[in-house]
Amino acid sequence: MAASQQFCTFFLDGHFFGTPVPQVQEVIQYQTMTRVPLAPEVVSGLINLRGQIVSAIDLRKRLGLKDRLDGQLPMNVVVHTNDGAVSLLVDEIGDVIEVEEEMLESPPETLQGFAREVVRGVYKLSGRLLLALDIERVVDLGDLGKTKSNREF
Amino acid sequence: MDEIVKDFLIESNENLDRLDQELVKLESSPSSRELLASIFRTIHTIKGSCGFLGFAHLEKLAHAGENLLSQLRDGKLTLTAEITNGLLSMVDAVRHLLAVIKASGSDGGEDYTELIEKLGRLQQAQDENSVASTAPIPSPLRNGETANQAAILETAADPTKIGGVLLERGQVKEEDLVSALQQQELGRKRIGEILIAQGAAKPEDVQAAQQTLESRNPDTAVETIRVGVNLLDRLMNLVGELVLARNQLLQFSSARHDVGFQAVSQRMNLIATELQEEVMKTRMQPIGNVWDKFPRTVRDLALTCGKDVRLEMEGQDTELDRTIIEAIKDPLTHLVRNCIDHGIEPAEARRLAGKNPMGVLKLRAFHEGGQVNIEVSDDGAGLNSERIRKKAMERGLVSAQQAERMSDRDAYNMIFLAGFSTAERVTNVSGRGVGMDVVKTNVAKIGGTVDIHSTPGTGTTVKIKIPLTLAIIPALMVTSGGERFAIPQVSLLELVRLEVGDGTKGIEMVHGSPVYRLRGRLLPLVYLNRELRLAEKANSADSGTNIVVVQADGREFGLVVEEITETEEIVVKPLGKQLKGISAYSGATIMGDGRAALILDILGLALHAQVVSETRDAALNEKSQTKEPTARKEEAGADRQTVLVVQVGKQGRMAIPLALVARLEEFPVSAIERAGSQEVTQYRGEIMPLIRLSRLVGEESDKIAAGGDTRLPVVVYSEAGRSVGLVVDRIIDIADEKLVIQNPARQKGVFGSAVVQKRVTDMLDVPSVVREAIPGFAESSSARV
Repeated sequence: MAASQQFCTFFLDGHFFGTPVPQVQEVIQYQTMTRVPLAPEVVSGLINLRGQIVSAIDLRKRLGLKDRLDGQLPMNVVVHTNDGAVSLLVDEIGDVIEVEEEMLESPPETLQGFAREVVRGVYKLSGRLLLALDIERVVDLGDLGKTKSNREF
Repeated sequence: MDEIVKDFLIESNENLDRLDQELVKLESSPSSRELLASIFRTIHTIKGSCGFLGFAHLEKLAHAGENLLSQLRDGKLTLTAEITNGLLSMVDAVRHLLAVIKASGSDGGEDYTELIEKLGRLQQAQDENSVASTAPIPSPLRNGETANQAAILETAADPTKIGGVLLERGQVKEEDLVSALQQQELGRKRIGEILIAQGAAKPEDVQAAQQTLESRNPDTAVETIRVGVNLLDRLMNLVGELVLARNQLLQFSSARHDVGFQAVSQRMNLIATELQEEVMKTRMQPIGNVWDKFPRTVRDLALTCGKDVRLEMEGQDTELDRTIIEAIKDPLTHLVRNCIDHGIEPAEARRLAGKNPMGVLKLRAFHEGGQVNIEVSDDGAGLNSERIRKKAMERGLVSAQQAERMSDRDAYNMIFLAGFSTAERVTNVSGRGVGMDVVKTNVAKIGGTVDIHSTPGTGTTVKIKIPLTLAIIPALMVTSGGERFAIPQVSLLELVRLEVGDGTKGIEMVHGSPVYRLRGRLLPLVYLNRELRLAEKANSADSGTNIVVVQADGREFGLVVEEITETEEIVVKPLGKQLKGISAYSGATIMGDGRAALILDILGLALHAQVVSETRDAALNEKSQTKEPTARKEEAGADRQTVLVVQVGKQGRMAIPLALVARLEEFPVSAIERAGSQEVTQYRGEIMPLIRLSRLVGEESDKIAAGGDTRLPVVVYSEAGRSVGLVVDRIIDIADEKLVIQNPARQKGVFGSAVVQKRVTDMLDVPSVVREAIPGFAESSSARV
C-alpha cells in the first residue's frame, strides 16, 4: 500500500523540517509574545490566539540549533497536541508537500542530541531531505522543563 | 447509547442519591410511612425501567430490594441496622450496575446473587423471629394500616393528581377515591381507569380533569430544563471572550473622542457585565449537592468507629461555582472523616466527660464578603496543642525552641503540614498523616484558605474560605522588569507607596533581608523582579517604591513592584503543560490590548521567597530588633516628643521639635525680597531671613518657581529675639509620639531618623541648619542692638 501523506514544511537554520498537515492547526505571522520568567529557555513566551493562551516554543532552541539572528522574526506554526494547542516558532514556512511513506527512513545515527529524540524519521525527497518531527515529543519538555524550574525556582 | 437509556441513568442516579439520605433518615424515624413509600417508589421505578430496557441483573437486584421494602412498608418487618445495611449495600450495588451500564451499555456479568440472597434472608429472618416469639405484636400492623390510610388520604387531596382534581370538583366521592387509590397500590392501573371501572366517576369528567391537570402543569414543566454541563462550560468560555473583547473595546473607545461610539460601548459594557453575571449563575450549584452524601458517610463511619454521631447541616443552599464544588468535595470529605475518627470521642469517654454521648458534627456554609465560608466543626475533645508540639519536634519539623515559642494557633495549624498525624493509632479511616496537607493544598489551589480553631474539651472547627468563582476574578495589575502581572485580589491586603527620598529610607534590613515597617510591624519584602530574575529598572530608586502588601497562607509580605496600574476583572486561562512546573504562576489572562499577562500565584511566590512568620509574632519582632545593639541603645533614650511634621521637596518628610517652632506663617512668593545674597521677607516690622529647606534635599521648591500669589508655608524659628523662616513645601501634621531616633548624623542638617506616624521621618536639626545658612545668626542679633 503506497500510503502518502501531506506535510506542512518549514525551515530552521537552513534545515528542512515538516509535520503531517492534520496535526497543524494554523500558521500565523509573528505575534508579540509575553515573556514567562523562570520558564524553560525553549519557551519563548505566550501568545494570544483568539482568546486562547498558547505557549510558543522556539524550535531552534528546542533542537539545539544556533539562535535566530536579531531582527529575524519567526513564524508561528500552531499544532494540536494532547495538551491543547502549542505554537512552534520557525524561521520560514515552506510548501505543503505530498510524501510517500516508503521514502521514510529512520534518522541517521549521526543525528545527535535533542534532534535525535524529536525527529521521527527522514524522507528522502528528490534533491533534499525532509526531517519529520514527532510533535508530541517536541512539546514534551519533560525533564527539560522540570529540572530547569526546580533548579531556578 | 440510546437517549432513553441515558435519561434512565441520569434519573436513576439522582434518585439513588436521594435514597442514600432517605435510608439514613429512616433509621432515625423507622416508622415514617412517607420515607418508606418514597424509597419504595424509587426502587420500584428503577426495577420497572430495567424490565422495560432489558437489564435483567439490575432488575433482579432491584426486585429483591423492593420485596424487602414492601415488607417494611406494610409493617410486616421492622427496620433494624442490619436491614438498613442490606438496603444500603443494595443501593451501592445498583449504583455500581448503573456505572457498568453507562460504560458498556449492558448490565454486565455480575449478578449479585449473594446480595440478593442476603436481602431474601433478611426478609425471612425476621419472619421467623416474629413467628418464634409468637408475641402478639399486631399493633405495628394496624398502626401501619392507619398510617397507610392517612398517606392515601393525603394523596387523594393532592390537587396536582387527577383524583384531587375530581374531588375538588365534587365529581367523585372521597371514599371511592380512597378505595381506588388502595386498589392502585395493588395493581398498576391509572387512577382514572380504576374510577371509571368502578363507576365512581364519569369518563368525560376524568378526561376533563386530565386536561385541567395538563394545563396546570406546563408552568411547572418549563421552569427547569436539563442542559449539558459542556454547553454551560462553552457558554462560560464565550462570555469570557466577550468580556475580553469588551475590555479592548473600552480601551479603544476611551482613546477616541466619539460620543456616539462611547455611548454604544458603555451600553455594551453594561450588557456584557450583566450577561457575565447571569451565565455565572448558571454554573452555580448549592453546596448541598456535595453535602448530600455526608449523612451516609457519617453513618457508615460512626458505625465503623463505634461512635454515636449526629450530623447537622446549615446553609445547604449556599451556592458555589461548579468547578469549586468539584474541588472541595474531597477536602470536605476528609475533614468530615477526621472529625468522626479523631475529633469526636467514643460515647463512653463523652459520658465520663459529662457530655451528651452523641457527638455532633456540624457543617455550616455562608456567604461573606464575596467569599464562601464553610465550617466543619465537632464537639469532640479538641486538639491537644502539647501533643502537636511534641510530635512536630519528633518529626523534626520545628526545633525545641520554636515549639516552645509557638502559639497554640500556630501549633494547631501544624497539622496541615505533610506527614503530620497525632492519632495514636492508624485506623483505616484516617490517621496516616496524609490528608490534612492535601486539604490545605487543594483549598489553596482554588484560592482559598483553611484555618483551624480548637478549644480543649469542647471541640474543633475548621474554617474554609473560598472564592465564589474561579473563571473571572478581580485582580490588580502591576509591572515589574517591564512585564505585566496580575495579582488576584483575594491575596491583596493593601498598597503602600514610598515616595522618593523615603524610597530607600523606609526599607531597612534585618539580617540581610529587606523589611518595611508597616504601622510599627516588620513586613518582609520580596522584590518581584529579583524573584522572577527580571532586569531591574535602572531608575527605580528615583521614582519611589511601590509595595503591594499581600497574604498567603496567613503570612503577610510586601511585594515590591515597579508600577501599580489598575484593578481589572480578568478571565483566568490555564497555562500549557510546558509551564505547569513553575509555581510562581497560577495561570494567564488576556489584557485589554490583546496581549497575554501572567497571573501570579502568591502562595507559590511566598514559598519560594521563604517569607517567614516574623510578621505574625509581635514578641518575636521585638527580639529581632533588640539583637541590633545600636537599636537597643537608641531605644533606651526613647522619649515622648511633640513634633511638627512637614514635607520638604517633593517627597521628603521631616520633623521639627515643636518646642523650636515659634509660629507657622504663609507668605506669597511675591513677598520674598533680597537683602544681599540672603532671601528675606518682612515680618512684624522686621526683616526675617528665609531658608529653603528643600535645598537640604537637593531640590528647588516648585512653589517658589511658580511665583506670584502662590503661598509658601513657613515655619518661624526664634532664638535670642531673632526670627528666621524655614520654607517648607507643606505642613503635614503635629505628632505626639514616643520617638526612637536612629542612624544619627547621616545627613547634613538632620540629626537622625525616627518613625513618626508610622513613617520614617528625618529629624531636622534646626540650630545647625540656621547656622549653616546664616553664619553668625545669633551674633548678628546682638550686633544689631
